Amino acid sequence: MNKELTREERTDALGGMGCKRKRVEDARFTQGKGNYVDDIKLPGMLQGDFVRSPYAHARIKSIDSSAAMALDGVIAVLTAEDLAPLGLHWMPTLAGDKQMVLADGKVLFQGQEVAFVVAKDRYIAADAVELVEVDYEELPVLTDPFAAMESDVVLREDLLGEGGSLPDGAHGPRKHPNHIFTWEVGEKDATEQVLDEADVVAEETVYYHRTHPCPLETCGCVASMDKVNGKLTLHGTFQAPHAIRTVVSLISGIEEHNIRVISPDIGGGFGNKVGAYPGYVCSVVASIVTGVPVKWVEDRMENLMTTAFARDYHMTGKISATKEGKITGLHCHVTADHGGFDACADPTKFPAGFMNICTGSYDIPTAYLAVDGVYTNKAPGGVSYRCSFRVTEAAYFIERMVEVLAIELNMDAAELRRINFIKKEQFPYQSALGWEYDSGDYHTAWDKALKAVDYDGLRAEQAQRVEDFKAGKTRKLMGVGLTHFTEIVGAGPVKNCDILGLGMFDSCEIRIHPTGSAIARLGTISQGQGHATTFAQILATEIGLPADSITIEEGDTDTAPYGLGTYGSRSTPVAGAATAMAGRKIRAKAQMIAAYLLEVHDDDVEFDVDRFVVKGAPEKFKTMKEIAFAAYNQAIPGIEPGLEAVSYYDPPNMTYPFGAYVCVMDIDVDTGVTDIRRFYALDDCGTRINPMIIEGQVHGGLTEALAVALGQEIAYDDMGNVKTGTLMDFFLPTAWEVPNYETDHTVTPSPHHPIGAKGVGESPHVGGVPCFSNAVNDAFRAFGLRHTNMPHDHWRIWKTANDLGLHG
Amino acid sequence: MIPAAFEYYRPKDMAGVLSVLEEHGDDARVVAGGHSLIPMMKLRMAEVPHLIDLQDVAGLTGISIDAGRVRIGAMTTQHEIINHAGLSDVAPIMREASLQIADPQVRYMGTVGGNVANGDPGNDMPGLMQCLDATFILVGPDGERSVAARDFYEAAYMTDRADDEVLTAVEFAASKGGYAYEKQKRKIGDYATAAAAVLITKDGGTCASASIAMTNLSDTPVYSVDAGAALVGTSLDEASMKAAVDAMLGDIDPTEDNRGPIEFKRHAASVILRRAIENAWDRA
Ligand SMILES: Cc1cc2nc3c(=O)[nH]c(=O)nc-3n(C[C@H](O)[C@H](O)[C@H](O)COP(=O)(O)OP(=O)(O)OC[C@H]3O[C@@H](n4cnc5c(N)ncnc54)[C@H](O)[C@@H]3O)c2cc1C
Repeated sequence: MNKELTREERTDALGGMGCKRKRVEDARFTQGKGNYVDDIKLPGMLQGDFVRSPYAHARIKSIDSSAAMALDGVIAVLTAEDLAPLGLHWMPTLAGDKQMVLADGKVLFQGQEVAFVVAKDRYIAADAVELVEVDYEELPVLTDPFAAMESDVVLREDLLGEGGSLPDGAHGPRKHPNHIFTWEVGEKDATEQVLDEADVVAEETVYYHRTHPCPLETCGCVASMDKVNGKLTLHGTFQAPHAIRTVVSLISGIEEHNIRVISPDIGGGFGNKVGAYPGYVCSVVASIVTGVPVKWVEDRMENLMTTAFARDYHMTGKISATKEGKITGLHCHVTADHGGFDACADPTKFPAGFMNICTGSYDIPTAYLAVDGVYTNKAPGGVSYRCSFRVTEAAYFIERMVEVLAIELNMDAAELRRINFIKKEQFPYQSALGWEYDSGDYHTAWDKALKAVDYDGLRAEQAQRVEDFKAGKTRKLMGVGLTHFTEIVGAGPVKNCDILGLGMFDSCEIRIHPTGSAIARLGTISQGQGHATTFAQILATEIGLPADSITIEEGDTDTAPYGLGTYGSRSTPVAGAATAMAGRKIRAKAQMIAAYLLEVHDDDVEFDVDRFVVKGAPEKFKTMKEIAFAAYNQAIPGIEPGLEAVSYYDPPNMTYPFGAYVCVMDIDVDTGVTDIRRFYALDDCGTRINPMIIEGQVHGGLTEALAVALGQEIAYDDMGNVKTGTLMDFFLPTAWEVPNYETDHTVTPSPHHPIGAKGVGESPHVGGVPCFSNAVNDAFRAFGLRHTNMPHDHWRIWKTANDLGLHG
Repeated sequence: MIPAAFEYYRPKDMAGVLSVLEEHGDDARVVAGGHSLIPMMKLRMAEVPHLIDLQDVAGLTGISIDAGRVRIGAMTTQHEIINHAGLSDVAPIMREASLQIADPQVRYMGTVGGNVANGDPGNDMPGLMQCLDATFILVGPDGERSVAARDFYEAAYMTDRADDEVLTAVEFAASKGGYAYEKQKRKIGDYATAAAAVLITKDGGTCASASIAMTNLSDTPVYSVDAGAALVGTSLDEASMKAAVDAMLGDIDPTEDNRGPIEFKRHAASVILRRAIENAWDRA
């Protein structure tokens, strides 16, 4: 007979929460056996490709596709004229605006979709694109949002009312034809009064440049309309497959049950794959028209130039404090460059996302935020690149403002943070800009971080370095970058979070099989986060079956329960909670079955790791495996056969992960070359489901933060040409550029989440960007620098040094 | 990123290559490693209706070192250059420079012939070849001829090579003394913001000879006679160093791009050059 396992051994055998379970996805990914959109080949499939505008702003005088149509193998060339009768030449954006699917009389950004060529293969399609002749009349180009707000060039004539009047937009009144919205939060007058009366006020304008999530796999889809049964199947790179199904139904008129959306393996999303793109609409239309499947997959340049960018926030801040450094007020104005259409992916009621988390980790009693969205001749987007809605912008803003305030006060920036942190006992904390922070222990995290890096030692070394530099002994400066960030993730409570009217709950459905294994389906979709690994761990702990016996499935709307998908670190906070709650329903039924089998009352059994035991008599038990079998195969009075559960979880609040980061950087003043000597990242994401996956997420997020801070940008020239359209110029770091990261943690569970987990996928990006940037800025503090904008690439750092007179 | 249609040829000998070149004139081009040409074709910036693959052509690979003279076949890859033991002894600058070209994947494919024949001012080897005072061997319908690397480059993508000629090898003398290849780049796989190739020989404490060339700072590689001359006969004091740098600054003509404005590039060029000279001097 088997030796009876100890409780600990039984726990380990489950591979549940807290263990470093190996990623079950990796077997297929590392062997090249993933199944991505571009791997999908359906019989008779055609290929779509776009004719795109070379101009940033132009009127289209004519489109002549006769030469393209004459090419052997070309099936169709769609233009706005073809889509108009179906009402599909424009589509709604996630931000309440509308966007051209194919250029309707004019183009508003370089790379805009003008015509859609459908051909027998990709090569013919590309040749045909060259043959479509478009006659453009160039128009004046606006690439600067401040200039756009002054200009009499109207970018969006379609939004003008009678006689050139300005009807309200989706988010209220508009001040100018190129203005989209003003969004205000907090108390304007009170904040201005606090600033007026303050001992010290620091002011700074901080530009968070435009960049791009640049997932390794670009966006694409395969649309397949089965004319016999009327069913449309749409495979695509969708971070929110159910939302796509509903949107497709609403705009196409096809009933929702006749649409099946499938997200296969996704090679990274980072927000780029949340929205709906013209390529999807055109592929669907082309498949409906031709009756055969149509594939469209972007190339790298198309991805960088046209599908959703991130950031592009011009942020002007004022922060006030007492002489002792106690912050009294914060004022923030943002001019947000949204490009030609407002296609930001934000919850409907938040046109600037959660920018109002910009009070950060600090107890700031009075604050005011106003955001003005502006149209320009740039690509639309404004997605949350590895962050919750506009949270990186907010974190960057406050972490720069605190540094600038420290300079103004002539104080140490670490100490300034410490005296302003929200205290542990203040949670749940009501912020001046409207959020209720769930939990936190910032002082503990901060002290741990500073101790780990020997903060005082670093400052002493830095002071010595400055002396040596001044004495001509070195040409390298040293920067110590600090950041304490607070994120807001897990959107979100349906009462205030929806996208296009779709509530932002999420879901999990579990079926236990008779032999004690299970399948769970969720409304989310992994793009590399490892859901199949971690969600099985949550369930293993909740229902007492081994994680290895639980299949996690996502991404097929015909089988998965409805959910709003994966972005904004919402999977664990929302779908993870649904998973735990569904698991608890399973457990509740299992408890009744166990009690019946053990011939005791329901209340006389209790759950113990992988079984129910009779209270006080642990030798009397039924394992979950036994219970599963009984659930299907034994007639139990008053209990339906089967063991299944579903949970739709509407979170009561967001979760608020936080962290303390320190970056130590050496800077060659003469070349602008940076060298990251050390990066320490302490993350508190509440309960930790899989420490190895957390570490992987932290490494990835920090690397994308390094990219953004040190060089990654979507830059335009004055004519609206994209200057960084390939990976030669768009910085995607490799192992070579990436330092060794030291990771650490504290654990402050979320009080309202069933398992206390807060989400971590985006924290390192949110906290990493200001940390790298603060290190660069800090290196020059001793020479009088207050602030210099990202990206901190070689020449800009060189320019900073040059402007400070450091080149002699 | 889909190239226009093209005919693909894979001859076994040079006669086969030359006959296609002759037949199609500038509609035909040879492809070596393809890591410069194929991206241009995919971007449809280069249209090549007739593409002649050199990889099966006999006699174009290998490194030979004979009586102080080095010959590298055009199809020799950067990877092979890095890993050739003998070459590191007679021309260590080749290895130092090759290690700073692109990334390992590209270096498995990229060839010395393609790198020097391409005529892209960003390529590292043209400047390096000028520093080494290399000779390029070309073969065409009228047979073989040689041309000095220092005379080969005319403008961006314009070289002394005629459309119907193929580069078969590069040759140079084994280098003595100190060497350095310094390159500033934004990331792995990037072309130079500024790069300098320097060879220096010493006679006691005095500089006996100096050869200096820079990359990506003009529409051709920049071999600066004056920069080298400024060092010869000196002990590399600050004045001669400054004279060399100033001479180079007089010869370069950088343009603004995403790596930065002209002002910055000139500064970076001077810093990189200084470092290369100091490094080569220390090794001499
Ligand atoms: C990501 C990336 C980064 C890179 N970074 C660098 C870098 O930092 N520094 C650098 O120097 N290079 C760099 N390169 C270029 C790389 O080194 C190329 O491989 C090299 O420049 C060209 O060699 P190839 O064999 O690939 O030539 P190909 O691309 O095959 O040919 C290039 C040109 O030369 C012509 N050609 C080739 N061989 C001959 C011949 N024998 N005779 C006549 N004409 C010929 C071709 O017709 C073509 O016009 C990079 C390339 C990539 C893709």
